[in-house]
Amino acid sequence: MVYSLPEEVLEHVFSFITLDKDRNAVSLVCKSWYEIERWCRRRIFVGNCYAVSPSIMTRRFPEVRSVELKGKPHFADFNLVPEGWGGFACPWISEMSRAYPWLEEIRLKRMVVTDESLELISTSFKNFKVLVLSSCEGFSTDGLAAIAANCRNLRKLDLRESEVMDLSGHWLSHFPNTCTSLESLNIACLGSEVSFSALERLVGRSPNLKILRLNRAVPLEKLSTLLCRAPQLVELGTGAYSSGIRSDVYSSLSKAFLGCKELKGLSGFWDVDPSYLLAFYSVCSRLTSLNLSYATIRSPDITKVISQCPNLQRLWVLDHVEDSGLNAVALSCKDLRELRVFPSDPYIADANVTLTEQGLVSVSEGCPKLQSVLYFCRQMSNSALITIARNRPNLICFRLCVIEPRAPDYLTLEPLDVGFGAIVEHCKELRRLSLSGLLTDRVFEYIGRHAKRLEMLSIAFAGNSDLGLHHVLSGCDGLRKLEIRDCPFGDKALLANVAKLETMRSLWMSSCAVSYGACKFLSQKMPMLNVEVIDENGSLDSRFDSCPVEKLYIYRTVAGPRSDMPGYIRTIDRDRVNTIS
Amino acid sequence: MSPPLLGVEGDGQGTVSLLNSASSMESIFQKSPGLTERNYLGLSDCSSVDSSAVSSISEVKRNNLNLKATELRLGLPGSQSPERDPEVNLATSESLDEKPLFPLLPSKDGICSASQKIVVSGNKRGFSDTIDGYSETKGFSEGNWMFGSSGTDSDASKSLVQGKFASNANVNGMISSGAQPASIKDATSKMAPEQAHATYGTSLNKVNSSNPPAAKAQVVGWPPVRSFRKNILATNSKNNDEVDGKPGPGALFVKVSMDGAPYLRKVDLRSYTTYQELSLALEKMFSCFTIGQCGSQGAPGRESLSESKLRDLLHGSEYVLTYEDKDGDWMLVGDVPWDMFIGSCKRLKIMKGSDAIGLAPRAMEKSKNRN
Repeated sequence: MVYSLPEEVLEHVFSFITLDKDRNAVSLVCKSWYEIERWCRRRIFVGNCYAVSPSIMTRRFPEVRSVELKGKPHFADFNLVPEGWGGFACPWISEMSRAYPWLEEIRLKRMVVTDESLELISTSFKNFKVLVLSSCEGFSTDGLAAIAANCRNLRKLDLRESEVMDLSGHWLSHFPNTCTSLESLNIACLGSEVSFSALERLVGRSPNLKILRLNRAVPLEKLSTLLCRAPQLVELGTGAYSSGIRSDVYSSLSKAFLGCKELKGLSGFWDVDPSYLLAFYSVCSRLTSLNLSYATIRSPDITKVISQCPNLQRLWVLDHVEDSGLNAVALSCKDLRELRVFPSDPYIADANVTLTEQGLVSVSEGCPKLQSVLYFCRQMSNSALITIARNRPNLICFRLCVIEPRAPDYLTLEPLDVGFGAIVEHCKELRRLSLSGLLTDRVFEYIGRHAKRLEMLSIAFAGNSDLGLHHVLSGCDGLRKLEIRDCPFGDKALLANVAKLETMRSLWMSSCAVSYGACKFLSQKMPMLNVEVIDENGSLDSRFDSCPVEKLYIYRTVAGPRSDMPGYIRTIDRDRVNTIS
Repeated sequence: MSPPLLGVEGDGQGTVSLLNSASSMESIFQKSPGLTERNYLGLSDCSSVDSSAVSSISEVKRNNLNLKATELRLGLPGSQSPERDPEVNLATSESLDEKPLFPLLPSKDGICSASQKIVVSGNKRGFSDTIDGYSETKGFSEGNWMFGSSGTDSDASKSLVQGKFASNANVNGMISSGAQPASIKDATSKMAPEQAHATYGTSLNKVNSSNPPAAKAQVVGWPPVRSFRKNILATNSKNNDEVDGKPGPGALFVKVSMDGAPYLRKVDLRSYTTYQELSLALEKMFSCFTIGQCGSQGAPGRESLSESKLRDLLHGSEYVLTYEDKDGDWMLVGDVPWDMFIGSCKRLKIMKGSDAIGLAPRAMEKSKNRN
């Protein structure tokens, strides 16, 4: 006789299992475990909103409290995905409003959200707590007003880097006086002024407010007022950080910062006036996260600040930091886990900053816990990359952007194959890699051979032939997301690795050499894939099989071809591959 | 961005000097009729200078170059070096000189929107646009990348080749449309300008070749910096940097919508320096909608349809370009100096002329009177 534990016990055990991977494994054990698990799953993450339909989700998991969805491909961040592509949140929100009255959290990334949807959210879920809209668009401050007005227990409203139609700043006043539950508010992306008095009152009556990220329109003079109202803040994003030279502003600001004993993270710093940087010196020793990537201040000022922050774990900065600043980081910030260096002037060939590969090498030497790197620079060498790889085998995320496409090793003029090869060879836990510079098929051979844990790979202007792509598809066992632009990869590698595509979340290829015929073939062979061809010049109907496609997006799905595409995108319909519709 | 070439980039000042050089080109033609012998189209002479657009000759040149570009495009991407082919870019820039679908308000340099007058000013603009085309193509090297990388923003959102195919149709339409009294013969009148242009082009090439790194810089979506960040940094630098004569760094992407079009596009305002550039770029970008509305038959049908459609557009001034400013008001494009415009423009919209009536009654009346 099979003895099985009572349902309640199993449910209790399952409640300790939080990772989706593990939950999925649990559900595969047997039918009863599947049933129990599906009734007690509370969080859902859908990495590609077109991989599954809303109704499939609600049918299987009836008691969900938190949903996270991602829409557009990553390259949409860089304007490679045309407008109108898709990623509409509306069908999801409608379905969830019907099926999940107790939903508490919605997190959307790169999706199109309308004011109607926001209104629906605000009225459908009585216990709604968390709304995160990351790089979303399609809504205005009217939608935000609805959220503010109707969500009685709102804890988190985070609009990070979304494009919001700024109709007025008064939406903030819609938070009722009874709303005291706010814990996190991020309005940094909003262009226009919010009503400051409403903001001040809101902050004043939110004792649990831990994260506050202001937008640029909040002037520096008002910052101290807010800080005095919320000395319990853990993360602060300032507004504009300059104000003319006014000693009263300065002194009240530093006093206010003194009062913030819990402050661990700082960001914002639009329009920085360096003379005000000293105002937050009192918090520097506690800082674990510092984002100066919008601050166009020069290296000496940056260095001064950084040297005061021995506990820094995350640093985002512009290339104004220069090699000298990064040397200071290497000396002072021994706890650093994540470094991002953004270009201040990406379109100039010779910038006025002395940021070279040396800066990154220093940090890799001096910061033993460094795991995540995003680095824009103008020169790189194989020897530097090899040094970095040897110094930091614990790297998990390595994204290097040498600004000039196909730039070789500036010392030897060779491709950077060997350098990146060293990275994948030494950093065995590498999960995310972005390549740049001059690269041949060889680098892909290294990647295929060594990067077994790699989950996301971004390739641009690299490779010589299909062999490169074949190495990646056949070698990288853990690959989930692959995005490629402007590489000479054609049909052969894709067609030789069709099965691989079903094990991945998605593949993006633009300005490569994949033919329309290959797409049709792929679509016929692989019913679980949507093969979407994007052609903005509107001649999808008259494509010959030998024509290269402009942009290609392939993803696995159980929801079949989608129906919300604009005219310049076509899912290759496997049943009617020979018909021009 | 590269430093100004021959005072090309920048704002109004550049435009004025170009107009002067443009008129001097035409005078060169009149003084040396011998130049008409080089007749690419094999047609007879015509000495009229002020009719039809330069685009006819640009079409010829484009035809010559189209094949080349086509070949390259079907070849493996990456086999082509990122070096710009200056010749091809000349063609690109010339192809931009099409009649505007959205006549602008009369601006300082006197280019107004009467269809006949457009023709004349189109001539002059041909040169300025050719030269401005350099700054444009530097602004976004969709023109540089032969292997069909197309982006959603800026004027060359179509790839070099495909954009040409579409605009070829336009040009054919315009040449044979009744809007201009001149016939194909007039193509020859463009020779001298073309010749002089070629010289101009060569000298530009020389200047250009001294700045190859800067010229290579602009590719769609590269370096991979998010628009949000780019826009912020652009505004930052504008506030902080001293004036050094070069165009604003970074990009300023705004959305462009069009009544009746199924989806939006995005353009980078910083890649243009004048209203004409922007207008032409938008024409190109949205012409596929207007032509598309005529039907999607094969090429020959397309051309004839586009002729009449374009004619209607030109005569009817059917579409007007408007923008939403920082205060949320919708204004007609062309009112304020260019720099002020890009500083305050949040999004663009191509409206039907009839919808835009409320925006500036006088301007609408003017365009109606023209017809």
